[in-house]
Amino acid sequence: MSIQVKFFASLKERLNIDDHDIDSAATAGEVWDITTNNAERPDNVLVAINLEYAQFDSAVKAGDEVAFFPPVTGG
Amino acid sequence: MATHILKQPFDPWQAIVNHQQNTSSQKQFGATASFIGTMRDFNDNAEVSAMTLEHYPAMTQHYLEKLIDEANTKWDLLDVLIIHRVGEIKPSEPIMLIACWSAHRRASLDACSWLIEELKHRAPFWKKETRADGEHWVEKNTDGL
Repeated sequence: MSIQVKFFASLKERLNIDDHDIDSAATAGEVWDITTNNAERPDNVLVAINLEYAQFDSAVKAGDEVAFFPPVTGG
Repeated sequence: MATHILKQPFDPWQAIVNHQQNTSSQKQFGATASFIGTMRDFNDNAEVSAMTLEHYPAMTQHYLEKLIDEANTKWDLLDVLIIHRVGEIKPSEPIMLIACWSAHRRASLDACSWLIEELKHRAPFWKKETRADGEHWVEKNTDGL
């Protein structure tokens, strides 16, 4: 089972990256490094694991959905 | 309690009426507090002709429900309705409706105010504005003052 990775909004555009799956990673930060090819991570990037806000050192496991996005601006 | 994410324009006043007519607590509430966020045709001193709202569908739904659950633990609410637009929005169209019903005014007023701020800080929506010089992502929310 793989890890599903998603990007949203300005971050997705800036990185010019599509959602995709990766085989494995230990932390959300490692997911970022693998999927962005070690792109520099802007300070304000947020991460969610399985629809909950998380930290970049939060553990991830097979079957997780990991999402990266800029500060939210709804409402 | 209900949440709706809509791709099409909506009438917030009619939505409140419709929701009230179908609620089981119709004869118990003495107070209704509502907030409607509407699109302006300006931001940061620039004219804005349209806006596109992107979201993270599964997480948005999860967070709106989570916010309602949290509000219910903080206040004695009889009902809550949250509607949020996504997709292309034109100036003067409503973006968001939050309505809270309670037996007495303080619970619904405070819950409505809390829900607005929490939604703006936690629900994964992103605004992109169309201005004369092109499209621009909104980098952060205003402080609301």
